[in-house]
Order: sequence, then structure tokens, then C-alpha cells
Amino acid sequence: MTSEFAVEMRDVVKKFITPEGNEMAAVDHVTMQIKNGEFFSMLGSSGCGKTTSLRMVAGFEWPTEGEVYIEGKAMGHTPPFQRKVNTVFQNYALFQHLTVYQNLAFGLEMEGAKEDEIKKRVGRALEMVQLTGMDRRKPKQLSGGQQQRVALARALVKTPDVLLLDEPLGALDLKLRKEMQLELKALQQQLGITFIYVTHDQEEALTMSDRIAVMSKGKIQQLGTPVEIYERPNNKFVADFIGESNFLEGKIKSISQNEASVFVPSINAEVVGLPISKGLVKGEEVIVSIRPEKIHIAEKDSINQNMFRATVTNTVYIGVDTKVFVDVHGAKLKVWEQNRISRLDPKSFYSVGQEVWLMLLPENTIVLRKD
Amino acid sequence: MNPFRRSPFVLTAAVLVYIFLYAPIIGLVLYSFNASRANVTFEGFIPKYSDRIVMEGSLVKSSPCGPFHWYCELAKNNDVAEAAGNTLTIAFTATIISTIIGTMAALALQRYNFKIKPFSQLSLYIPIVIPEIVMGIGILTLFSQLFGWVNETFNLVGNARLSLGMATVTASHIAFMVPFVALVVQARLQGFDKSYEEAAMDLGANEWITFRRVTFPIILPGIMSGALLAFTLSLDDFVITFFTNGPGSTTLPIYVYGLLRRIITPQVNALSTVWILVVFTAVLLLQILQNRESKDHS
Repeated sequence: MTSEFAVEMRDVVKKFITPEGNEMAAVDHVTMQIKNGEFFSMLGSSGCGKTTSLRMVAGFEWPTEGEVYIEGKAMGHTPPFQRKVNTVFQNYALFQHLTVYQNLAFGLEMEGAKEDEIKKRVGRALEMVQLTGMDRRKPKQLSGGQQQRVALARALVKTPDVLLLDEPLGALDLKLRKEMQLELKALQQQLGITFIYVTHDQEEALTMSDRIAVMSKGKIQQLGTPVEIYERPNNKFVADFIGESNFLEGKIKSISQNEASVFVPSINAEVVGLPISKGLVKGEEVIVSIRPEKIHIAEKDSINQNMFRATVTNTVYIGVDTKVFVDVHGAKLKVWEQNRISRLDPKSFYSVGQEVWLMLLPENTIVLRKD
Repeated sequence: MNPFRRSPFVLTAAVLVYIFLYAPIIGLVLYSFNASRANVTFEGFIPKYSDRIVMEGSLVKSSPCGPFHWYCELAKNNDVAEAAGNTLTIAFTATIISTIIGTMAALALQRYNFKIKPFSQLSLYIPIVIPEIVMGIGILTLFSQLFGWVNETFNLVGNARLSLGMATVTASHIAFMVPFVALVVQARLQGFDKSYEEAAMDLGANEWITFRRVTFPIILPGIMSGALLAFTLSLDDFVITFFTNGPGSTTLPIYVYGLLRRIITPQVNALSTVWILVVFTAVLLLQILQNRESKDHS
């Protein structure tokens, strides 16, 4: 391999003409570098440009502007059959008129592989996805999970440099999906090839990826490791899209090199000692973002900073957590408290109207620019 | 249970419709075994087998073929054999050519966007809705004008002169069959998922291999349905063939029409019966194909 990056997109724009005749950028100046052997996910809701980006890597679409590089080579208008990448399609796109064996052999025949070599490689690929003995079946005779594995094997049997996966687990039920997530990740580590994975399921992306590009409206909102994306979202969209967050609007009251104090009018209080990113200035309108599971509920005031008096308005028991909804001087906040102890005793719940103290730890609280 | 299914009214209506549809056909088949040569009334079957044909007035008393006397007569009739040969030659040739053209038209309309696309789509429907006689006269006018001009310009004489015949009938059949094929194939393509082609290309197949090994096998049932429909239409076409045929290109419908103007012998009924069987088989085949196709989709 000649290049450090398996796939690179440089300032790629893809415009489509809508049925009404308007021009619309499905992908809007996207730049990303995907390293060799990386499990890279593009995450976003439908229409965010993730699938279009993947299709440009596969060669099904060509960029309107910018360039896609595979192994350091500019792809230009190279057709899909001349790119060393393979795709697992959302609907699997298995050839219904061919058997499982013929589906897998198809790509190898295109390479001009000899019959006995095809046999060997197909056998190995089927073994890898645990479908040995299914080679004579037609795709229709397989379950959804098995079809998914055939689609995976059909792409992997070509030993591509990069495997592209377009929401491959979307059609499976939850339990099977979770199994396949771990299996895919293990397979990727074992084979050492680059996976580019498109999904709208944040949990899926967080579970499997080395790095994630969160996309919206054709642009990358944030690119980073799962931990970075979850713990340090760099804008309100990402904080809201990944997991859940409480947002409090405020104004920077004082600022030092790496800390700020923000006055939040809705709770009529100051949140102090917050870590900040570069470029914020005193007096700037900001959003203080904190995850519900990172707020602590204390029964009475201790001497800590950032403690606020709140009233419980509702509690919802959901098994693993209890969701506690509170009111701080009119600002509504949500707090998730893990059920570490049995909640069988009704007294272990917070009661509606109960007064509690909320504690915000500065290191778990993020100051985001208002935009 | 649907209350209508038990209703005597629905049952009666259904029975009446079936009688109306099938009584003439059953009568036609029955009369093909008629002992009477005049074939105006049914005079009973020809019961006896004998070495030679025994006639009593206009009644056939016995025949080497027994009740199948008229079928044997039919088989001996060279004109019928020639007409049947012509019909099948035209039907097969026109089906093959119109299926290729129709399929290509359907594929082009499905996957490319071009300026005259709405016009092309409309122009496919017109031959279907236009009265056949208009199309027949139109084609005849075209051929006679064109042939007249060519014959005169190049001073063609004798056999070299262009005239109506097998070629003109075949060409006119192709003209009216293409839209039917194209529409049937188009319907099949409507449900065609582009990702199959993308998958093939992704696996290293170029455009031609993708078409040959993936697209074509998937749409083949649709193409076959279109071809069979076109074939049956060609077999029994009368109006257009009437205008475009010439010496030596008499087809079965034209031949039967000619017979009817002279005398209706049970031979005509025998011929019609054989014909019904052929068309019925073709339609049955079509039905089976379409059933399999819909099963593939579910």
C-alpha cells in the first residue's frame, strides 16, 4: 500500500437536480481522510449525505467538485468495476436467480480466477460468515440474517482494500443486529481491512467505530473517536444528535485561559469553572450542555460549587435507569440515575414535588458556541 | 366470507357470461365433427371408419379418419398448409425482431433521460389505441408510394419489382407489436432495483457483462411475456395483414376469410379448432410465466 490513507475525500461536492429543477448539494464540501485498517463510520439521519458520500467512493456517483482518492490515487470517473473497493448493500442486492455459491463466485469470475481457486476462496468466505453448507441455496431460501452474511461474504471474497457498508444491519431485528455489530467488528480486526460504515444508528456507530464522522445537511459536523464525539461534542447539533443533552442558554461572565463562568438566566445562577474551547470571549452568548446521566442528585446542600435547588416533577422507571425530570427555577432539566440498587421499595424513588439538589461537575459540562 | 359469493345473482351472471363467451367456441368445435358437408345444421358425427370416403348426398357416412374426417381433409389441403406456414413464419420472425426492438425501447425509456422522452413514451401508446384499420391503410399507402417510387426510379422490372408480400406483412406486424412488447417489458422494469446492477459492477463486471448476467436474467420473464403476447397478436391479426399481404403471403385469417366467402365446410371448423388449441397453449404458457414472475416479486 502506497498511501497512508485508504480513502480520502478532498473538498467533495455532489449536486443533484431536484424534480422541481433546483440544484441541491447532497454533499457539501466534505473532506475526510480514512486511515488504512480503520473502522470508519459516517453517521447521520436520512438525507445528510452519508450514503451519497459512500456511493462516490464506490464509483456509483461522481463528484460534481473535488476528488475522491483510493490508496492515494485520484479516482476521477473510474467506473466501479475498476476500483478495488467492494460494497455491502442496504438491501443486500443478492442475485436472486443465482445460488449462494454462484453469488460469491461472480466477483471472482470477473477477476478471471480459475475454477479450483474460486471453489477454495468461496469455501473460505462461507466459513468466515458461518454459512458452510448453504452454497446450493437460493437467496430466497435464507433468513434475513443469513442473506446479510451472504452479502458480506460476496464482498469480502474479493479481498478488497476497502469494504463499504451501507446500513447493512438495518433490516435485522434488534438482537441479531447487536450480535452482528460485534461480529463485524471482530471480522474487521481479524482481516485488517478498512471498513467504511454508513448508519443512522448512533449506538451502532459508537459500538463499532474507530472514528465517526457525524454528518448533517451534506456537511461533516464533527469527526472524531466515539469518546470524543460523545464527551466533547463541538456543536449543539452533535450534542443533541448523539445521546441526549440538557441545554441551558447563558452568557460568559468571566473567562480565563481554560475556564469560564457562565451566567444562566433561566436558573438565575452562575455555573463556574467550565472547561472551554478556543475562541470564546467574555460576554459571548453560549449554550451550556450537560448529559442527563452526568448530573448528580444530592439530598442536601454540601459546600460544592455548581449546586442548584430543584423540584422533582416526574419520574419514569425504565429498568436500567430511572429518568428524573426536575424544575430549576422554571428551567426543565432531565436527569438519568442508574438503578444500582433495587427500586422495589417505593421509598427509593423520588416523589413528585420533592426538593433535591443538583450537582453539575465542571469537567462534564460543555460550553458550546450559540449558532 | 364475502356475502356476494353466495348470492344467486352473482352465480347466474357468472354462468351467463361463461355461456356467452364459450358457447360459440364449443359449437365451433362440435361442428368440426359434423357429418354434413353443408355445415348449416348439425347432422350428427361421422361414426364409421372405412377404407374410403362414403358420401350420401351432402352427408359423409364413413371415412378412413372416422369422426376426424374434416381434420384429415384439412391436412390434405395444401392451401391451408401454405397459409399456416406463412402465418408461423411471419409470427416467429416478427416476434423475434419486435421483442428485441421493444426491449431496447423499454430499457432506454427506463434508464435514460432525454429531451424527447415524453414524446417517445406517447408514441408507444399511439399504435395501441389507434384503430387497426387506420394503421393498415397507413402502412399500405406508405408501401405503395415507396415501392412505386423505387420501382420507377431504378427501372425495376419483373421479379425485381418491389411488391406486397411476406416482407411487407412481417414489417407491418413488427410495427404494431413493438409497442406491446415495450409496454410489457417496461412494466417489468418498473420493479427493477438498480442496486442489482450496481452490485454486479461493484464485483467487477463491466456494463455488457452486467446486462448479460444480471439484468437480462432478471427481466427475462417480462421479455418472454411480451414476446408471447406479440406472438399471439401476430397469429390472429387480420386487418393489417389484409392490407399489406400480396401473392404468396396469405395467412390463416386471410385464408379463412376467403373460404367463408365461398362455402363453409366443416374444414373451416377443423382449422379453427386446431388454431384455438395453438393460441390457447400460447396463452397458457404466458399465464404460467406471469404467475412465476409474480411469485418472484412477492
